[in-house]
Amino acid sequence: MELIKPGINLNFVGMRYKAFLASVVVLLIGLAAFYLKGLNMGVDFAGGTLLQVKFSQPTNPDAIREALKEEAANSTIQQVGSKENNEYLIRTDAMPSELQALSQKFDRDLAKAFGEGKATVLRVEMVGPKVGEDLRQKALKAMYYALLFIAIYISGRFEFKWVTSAVMGGVLMVGIYFMEALQTNVTYLVVAALCVTLVLCWILKLPYALGALVSLVHDILITIGIFIIFDKEFTIEVFAALLTLAGYSLNDTIIVYDRIRENRNKDRKQKFDVMVNDAINQTLSRTLLTSTCVLFVLLCLFFLGGAVIHDFTFAMLIGIITGTYSSVFVASPILIIYEDLTKKGLKPKRA
Amino acid sequence: MSNLKWRALLVVVVLIVGVVYLVPTFVSTLPPGWSKFLPKDKIRLGLDLQGGMHLILEVEADQAVSNTATRLAEDLKDAFRKEKIAFNKIDKTGKWDIEVQLPGTEQQSQIGPLVEKEFPTLKWVSAETQPEGTVKVMLTVHEKEVERVQKAAIAQGLETIRNRIDQFGVSEPDIRPQGEDRILVQLPGIQDPQRAVELIGKTAQLEFKLVAEGVSPQDVKSGKAPAGTKIYPMKHTDRTTRQRTESQIVLNDRTLMSGEYITNAQVEIDRQHSSSYVALDFDAQGAKLFEKITEANVKKQLAIVLDGVVYSAPVIQETIGGGKATITGSFTDQEARDLAIVLRAGALPAPVKILEQRTVGPSLGADSINKGVLASIVGGIGTILFMLIYYRFGGVVADLALALNVLLVLAGMAAFGFTLTLPGIAGIALTIGMAVDANVLIYERIREELRLGKTPRAALETGYDRATLTILDANVTTIIAALVLLQFGTGPVRGFAVTLTVGLAANMFTAIFVTRVIFDYLLVQRRIKTLSI
Repeated sequence: MELIKPGINLNFVGMRYKAFLASVVVLLIGLAAFYLKGLNMGVDFAGGTLLQVKFSQPTNPDAIREALKEEAANSTIQQVGSKENNEYLIRTDAMPSELQALSQKFDRDLAKAFGEGKATVLRVEMVGPKVGEDLRQKALKAMYYALLFIAIYISGRFEFKWVTSAVMGGVLMVGIYFMEALQTNVTYLVVAALCVTLVLCWILKLPYALGALVSLVHDILITIGIFIIFDKEFTIEVFAALLTLAGYSLNDTIIVYDRIRENRNKDRKQKFDVMVNDAINQTLSRTLLTSTCVLFVLLCLFFLGGAVIHDFTFAMLIGIITGTYSSVFVASPILIIYEDLTKKGLKPKRA
Repeated sequence: MSNLKWRALLVVVVLIVGVVYLVPTFVSTLPPGWSKFLPKDKIRLGLDLQGGMHLILEVEADQAVSNTATRLAEDLKDAFRKEKIAFNKIDKTGKWDIEVQLPGTEQQSQIGPLVEKEFPTLKWVSAETQPEGTVKVMLTVHEKEVERVQKAAIAQGLETIRNRIDQFGVSEPDIRPQGEDRILVQLPGIQDPQRAVELIGKTAQLEFKLVAEGVSPQDVKSGKAPAGTKIYPMKHTDRTTRQRTESQIVLNDRTLMSGEYITNAQVEIDRQHSSSYVALDFDAQGAKLFEKITEANVKKQLAIVLDGVVYSAPVIQETIGGGKATITGSFTDQEARDLAIVLRAGALPAPVKILEQRTVGPSLGADSINKGVLASIVGGIGTILFMLIYYRFGGVVADLALALNVLLVLAGMAAFGFTLTLPGIAGIALTIGMAVDANVLIYERIREELRLGKTPRAALETGYDRATLTILDANVTTIIAALVLLQFGTGPVRGFAVTLTVGLAANMFTAIFVTRVIFDYLLVQRRIKTLSI
């Protein structure tokens, strides 16, 4: 059986400017949403308390809020799972100050309002502000280091520039270390480091790493943007999903890059953009097959996996779609743009 | 071809080892004698799957240093009195500074050598002569001592918490230090999280102090305690109504004895009043000290203070020898039991603060497993069917590899003692998707080669060679992301990273190596002429 006919030749590369426009539009919408709404940080990162409560009778958020008004007046209450389930997630800024029996208080208040044994607390998560801040910083740094190591690996594998890229990585890490010692805000630090990495990739002539990094950042930003638009909570699991989709998106990119490298070695006279387009077409059936399989598994997890991993799979779903898109429409065209602008970077080396 | 034989043998051995490691997880009753040869470790389930509590505590180690400073100030007073050095005041000020007020410079020259000789943990900061002729000397706890006390507080805190949890009775608790001053506590399957939190968090600083005499109730009400005394809260429980009330009591500052001499603490029942009390046993030194204290203070009220709350203040009727004392009064049976546990396990050298608490009820955990497993199975079956339809015989081979892959991931989790979490199950489901990717890559390559008119064997050879490098590159980058997650993550996220890493490693073996062995066997041994891919 075949879905994609062999010898197919769609002009993906020709669509690159339209694709860039589409990407920029989606990114801008995400950015606008970020400015308007901000990131909805979960208790993991923001600190606070999260309760998952199951009620034996139908109720509504207002009744719950009324019952808990003493300690959680400005809480967000949201029904999870199916309608008949009567399960609610309650999130508040209230913190586990000292050893205060906060969950006990919730328990008591719910029992008072709904009757003894009518409300069962299934899950409690209390994260102090210190831990939240710690996790936020660690997450950002982890994200950055993952990107950096991946960049180093790609440069080494595709251009045999292990030393150059390792030096780049080393310099950046030392730089971050010193900036940290000077107590720079981690968010700015990581954004700055990322920009420097991209510029360095350009200067040091590491187009493959550049393309992979840009498409990675592209996928992550789009996923975060869609998360904001859908008002989903940004938890530590979602962060894990972002890193995983980074791995997956790269997976996809690398398979196309691998083909480009192979074709380049086969025929050195071929025009570069044609070569890239051929590589995309040759790997197209694999790209679609794998993405469909992973997408199918994720849809199963999304619809059947329960509330706890719902947001996690949602992030992965968006990520797989943008990851597949970006390896065709972002990562590969960047190589061509780099080639056009430098006019030498990817030309076959003498002998 | 002997090469093929060895490779086939390796696959079979790996398969058997994998199955062996999974036996304890899936077979609950083994014939006697078998368990001697089989591994015993089941796949560990994370708290999100089996329910339980996860705590991160911060040891406020500074408080331990501050306590040390308070004690040193008392010791200084004693030493000065012994050496007959006159002083106006000795006070702990700030975090752990000690201020000494002396009548004149003469005393200053006396205390210099004394502090140096007998208080090596104190550091001389400054001495200044006040306008009226008195001298103010500032001492502070030496940095090295500060560090030592902080470290000891954290180490002892960990030990104490471990002791308490052991006695509380939780199966397979996980207690370990995290970072510099944090303690991670994981209690699977716990039924009453609140009680555990109270038990863990109680500092359990036991003190015996004398009740201050001649303090009028008016003074207490206005909150003005005479110098050298302090107002404490005192708990009462009415025996018949179980009503709790709190009153106030004034105690002398000086602690006559603290809980460090306790060797045992037990709950006993007072039959007459049908209430519980806690009986304490002191060690030899403590027994002597207690005897001396009671002897010197007959007919006076001795208060028993736990974490700054007075539990009872009985009048000492006679000298108490034999190293035994009791705390009677204001608690339920369960409270008495928990109190005995904390006293037996020892006091925390410094208070702990809860930074993070996560509790998952057991029903939610079970529900999560069911849903996660169901979703994975549906996803897995869909993928398997798809491969069958799309690649026909090749699909069968890929599906075999897939099944072996899942088996190896689970076996790996059991063998290395990794914890399976809900995101971990998602990780396995995802591995299924990724595992298929490797075979898709290989098969698409083989198809390409076949289209070019190569023989099945040649196509197979080239297909595998070409695709292997690509698969390696793709997997290494994913593993980089997974390793960063492993480094950074906590709890469930770590679980996800672990399954992803193990899954990718198993994937390279099954998708590349195992399928190749099967194809080689068919083409070489069986001499099959056409490849159904």
